[in-house]
Amino acid sequence: MSERKGRKKKVLLMGKSGSGKSSMRSIVFSNYVARDTRRLGATIDIEHSHVRFLGNLTLNLWDCGGQDAFMEHYLQQQRDHIFKNVAVLIYVFDIESREFGKDALVYSQCIEALRDNSPGARVFVLVHKMDLVQGEVRERVFGERRGVLEERGGGMDVRFFGTSIWDETLYKAWASIVHTLIPNLPTLTAHLRTFTHLCEAEEVILFERTTFLVISHIFAGTTPNPHPDRFEKISNIVKQFKQSCSKMASFTAFTLRAANFSAFIDVLTPNTYILVVMPAGVAETEAVVANIGVARRFFGELEGMERRERGGGGDSEPDR
Amino acid sequence: MIPSSASSSAAVISRSRKETSSSTFIASILGEDGKGMWPLRLSGKSSISSVVFHKLPPTDTLFLESTTRILKDPIHSFMDFQVWETPGQIDYLDPQFDVDAIFADAGALIWVIDAQDDYLDSLNRLHETLVAICPAYPTVNIEVFIHKVDGLSDDYKLDTQRDVIQRTQDELTDNGLDFINVSYHLTSIFDHSIFEAFSKVIQKLIPQLGTLENLLNALCANSGIEKAFLFDVLSKIYIATDSSPVDVQSYEICSDFIDVIVDVGEIYGFERKPPAEEGEGVEGGEPAGAGSEAELEEEQEPEAMSLIRLQNGMVLYLREINKYLALICLMRKENIEKQGLVEYNIQVFQEALGRVFALQR
Repeated sequence: MSERKGRKKKVLLMGKSGSGKSSMRSIVFSNYVARDTRRLGATIDIEHSHVRFLGNLTLNLWDCGGQDAFMEHYLQQQRDHIFKNVAVLIYVFDIESREFGKDALVYSQCIEALRDNSPGARVFVLVHKMDLVQGEVRERVFGERRGVLEERGGGMDVRFFGTSIWDETLYKAWASIVHTLIPNLPTLTAHLRTFTHLCEAEEVILFERTTFLVISHIFAGTTPNPHPDRFEKISNIVKQFKQSCSKMASFTAFTLRAANFSAFIDVLTPNTYILVVMPAGVAETEAVVANIGVARRFFGELEGMERRERGGGGDSEPDR
Repeated sequence: MIPSSASSSAAVISRSRKETSSSTFIASILGEDGKGMWPLRLSGKSSISSVVFHKLPPTDTLFLESTTRILKDPIHSFMDFQVWETPGQIDYLDPQFDVDAIFADAGALIWVIDAQDDYLDSLNRLHETLVAICPAYPTVNIEVFIHKVDGLSDDYKLDTQRDVIQRTQDELTDNGLDFINVSYHLTSIFDHSIFEAFSKVIQKLIPQLGTLENLLNALCANSGIEKAFLFDVLSKIYIATDSSPVDVQSYEICSDFIDVIVDVGEIYGFERKPPAEEGEGVEGGEPAGAGSEAELEEEQEPEAMSLIRLQNGMVLYLREINKYLALICLMRKENIEKQGLVEYNIQVFQEALGRVFALQR
């Protein structure tokens, strides 16, 4: 894929009306709280939004209204217009929908249209509003839906997520979606790994600034963390806090020193935040802050550049 | 249909009068049902205590069952007290009822009025109760929570409050009890107002409050701190603050700050084994299950501190004081430049606090 094409990614957001597409978009990209989404009205036709994500990557988000009439229109008259050059299709299902058979039919039509027009596109199916299903049967219900929809995937690369705007599952799904879109992710991760080892951190997580989605993370500790879903949790926690801070001012840096770890959240580049978790007693606060400061310059350059030779990661360390 | 039952209830936070055991406080929430019918509509007593003391999400309070007997809920915190929650349908003015058992050790009576309902019945019950118990138990603080105000407009809230105050004062004057001091709080479990109201109730029961305030004032004056709160971490009520006015915003931000610390602490506060196996990679391995215990222990370790810098140049500084208490300071970033100095001051404050509480024991 050429570099130019890589900068602007077309993301289709589709699904039946009322399934929660716009709510999701507002929470992830516009800093809404879950509660506020009930104020959103129905989306008419298509709402285009451009989300700058990580500086040189722009998501061209097409939020497609889901009423039957619109869907028909998309599939007939606007077929080419809509389904051409799509990088990602996000298809949202309402778990509570009573006409699942019909939803699935529309879904397979969309997949077909997508396969004809942009065969390389990724598809993400979000089975949404999972919070409305009781905790014990959630897994089973999700599995059933997934089974039906997998058959209709039409050979496309499809991934499934159960989501809810009321917990961190939303962030998990969106982080995976965004991961597929970041062009220089391997490079970024490699440098992040170097940084992690240089400052002897236990864990380093890179977040996008506005959405607080996880871009990349490196774990270098010895004891596995008992919380495998911690990335989404942190996204959620920090985002909530940002919300409550917003009445005063947004926060820029966070330090926590507890008995057996210390955690630092700081701005890394104009588009990213970094979280560094240090085991107890390894480094002074100032040393970590200084390390982040040095890394900031480097990662800033990395982000600003199209391409950069590997191996430049070494300049990020005046250790302790 | 069943007649709508009373929308009133009361809570008593009480404090044991024996000076020897003055660290024991008993708080009870008295609920009351005007007609003695099955309580159809509840004023929210159980919801209040669940949200404040048991961290129940406010939206889940819908599923709480109605209280049918007196619940004694011991709270172990910087000081031990009990919240007694009494069901709405008990008529404890009945001569059969052992009033003394409830009020003898009570430190405060919290009466909850449902502002979204017709509260006249409830008010009448409140007045009867006040007339009956106040002369006998003059040390009990009377706190009226005008509850469920989240759905009301600001004007209506104030009108309701004025109305409640007016009626209660009239009633007390008529009975020659106008020396009784009643406090009123507008509350809702869906925002921070319930925590603030509880903070004020608890503060009145702390005999050392004046000393704590003076200590905080001294700390603020000497360290360039704009506002300092002493928080009870578990319930997020503040037990003392310096004497500058409290604005709701800074209280809210501080209480959310505690949430962040607790949540992040939960995620990373697990017990680290000494370096043995190499665990590198993405998913971090299976849940070890030791997380919750480790986190509990972690909270007991003193000296956790945290700092948040805001874009407008303010800094939030949190310092764990002991197992239960945390100090949160709001200050301008210029004043934290000499962080060591501030930390030293806080350490002095911490020692003083330790001595104040040691005296009490």
